[in-house]
Parts: sequence; structure tokens; C-alpha cells
Amino acid sequence: MITLAQLLILSGVLFSLAVAGIFLNRKNVILLLMCVELLLLAANFNFIAFSRYLNDINGQVFVFFILTVAAAESAIGLAILVVLFRERRSINVEDLNTLKG
Amino acid sequence: MLIQVLFHIFAVILLLAALGVISARNPVYSALALVMCFITSAAIWLLIEAEFLAVVLVLVYVGAVMVLFLFVVMMLDINLAELRKGFTRFAWLGWLTAAAVIVEIAGVVWARGGLGGAIDAQRGAAPLPADYSNTLALGSVLYTRYAYPFELAAVLLLVAIVAAIALTMRRRSGLKQQDIGRQVAVRREDRVRLVKMDAEKRP
Repeated sequence: MITLAQLLILSGVLFSLAVAGIFLNRKNVILLLMCVELLLLAANFNFIAFSRYLNDINGQVFVFFILTVAAAESAIGLAILVVLFRERRSINVEDLNTLKG
Repeated sequence: MLIQVLFHIFAVILLLAALGVISARNPVYSALALVMCFITSAAIWLLIEAEFLAVVLVLVYVGAVMVLFLFVVMMLDINLAELRKGFTRFAWLGWLTAAAVIVEIAGVVWARGGLGGAIDAQRGAAPLPADYSNTLALGSVLYTRYAYPFELAAVLLLVAIVAAIALTMRRRSGLKQQDIGRQVAVRREDRVRLVKMDAEKRP
């Protein structure tokens, strides 16, 4: 039987790998988006694990909505990326300095 | 016992694939490793009896979102050498953050054992009855208690479609296009000119 602790550790390690990925690939916007997807996947793991072990279906409904929002986010993010590449011929984060942030 | 073994195999594959996502040299390989991550996660979700979400993950993520990612990665002509420059400059900070997250979660789970007393982290989930349907249970709350958020999610997806198309659509110059409004609004006087002239003599 899979215990709750195993699932929580797994999702924690997955989450931390994704955080490390954001640090490693901080120049590449596509990889940043992929790392965000991994973060959301780790969060979904926790939602499903607790939903299952507390016998409460509402957690799984939440995962459903997270999947919806994540799909919309990646669609718009990639559209912005395409427009950006058309303007700048580059997806390097360091080239995005118009706002002087 | 078999479930334990399968869970450990899938967990190892999932973490290796996640490592591949963050360290692959080529973004295409990263996207493929991410597909592997999603499929393995769906398998683990099946093991803990969240069947509907496992299927949705494969259909929506692997079938739609990752295909979109792959299209964009392959469409753009990216200078990889420039993007990889300084790859390991902040790696120590990344690994430090990752280690901190792991230590914190592991500490909470293993030291407390019972998480706040509500559940025991060291035991398995209560077995479900034989005729339990995950899809039925999910649908029966999704279309009653969560009907309003469900519709909001639908509107959100519609907005995402419109936004993505509006962002990426462009009018190229020199393209011959129909403008239906102007075609309909045209008047006789704009197009036809009546010329009065004498009849010509037969040669």
C-alpha cells in the first residue's frame, strides 16, 4: 500500500527539481514555462494524495481546475513567446529589458 | 506489494525524467522528457485510484499542451549556445533551494508522523468499495456544487483561445485579401462610368 508520506516526499522532490530547473535555465523562456508546468504537476500530486487519503473528492475537483488554468496559461505564454521571437529574434530573458526592470 | 514495487519504479522514472527536463541540452529533448513525466504521473495517479484525472492528464497535457510546446520549440530558430552560456552560474543556489525544500518537507512528514492529527501519514488510504466510480463521484460534485466555477473555467478557456489568436495573428503586407464589408458597401457610381460619344463612321 502506498502511504501518504511516500507521495508527499515524491511531490516534494519533484517540486524542488522544478525550482532548481528555474535557476538553471533562467535565460530560456521555453524551459521556464516547462518548469512551471512541473511545479503545477507537483502541486497536483499533493492535492490528489490528500483528497484520496482524506476521502474527500473536492481535492480532485481542484486539480481539474488547476489543469484548466495551466493549459490556458501555457497557451497564452507560448503565444506571447512567438510574438516576442518575431520582434526580437531571440527568447533570451536578458534581452527583455524594455521596461528597465 | 506489487503496487509498492510499481510505485517505486514509476517514482524513479518520474524523477529521472524531471532531471532530464531541467538539464537537457536541447529544448526538444526537454519537452519529450516532460511528456514522460506526465505519462508516469498519470500511472501513479492510477495507482492511487484517481482514474479520471489520470486520463485527463494524458489527454489534455500530453495530447494538447505538450504538442503545442513541441510545435513552438521546433518553429523557433533558437540560438542555443547563447542561451546555455552561464548555465551553471547560479546552479549552486538552485540546488541549495531544492535541498532546502526537500529537507523541510521530509522533516515535517517524518518527524510529525501524523500530519496535524487528522490523518496518519504512515498508513495507506482506506480501500474503496468495489463498485466505486471515480468519474461518477467527480461528476456528481462538478456539475452541482462546482457548476459555477466550471462555467467560469469554460469562459477562461475561451478567453485563452481569443487571446492566443489575437496575439499571434498578423497582417502581412502585399497579401491580396477580400474585405467583405467594402465589397458589400460598394455603389454603382464607384464602379460604372457612362460615356456619351458619337457613333463612329463605318470605314
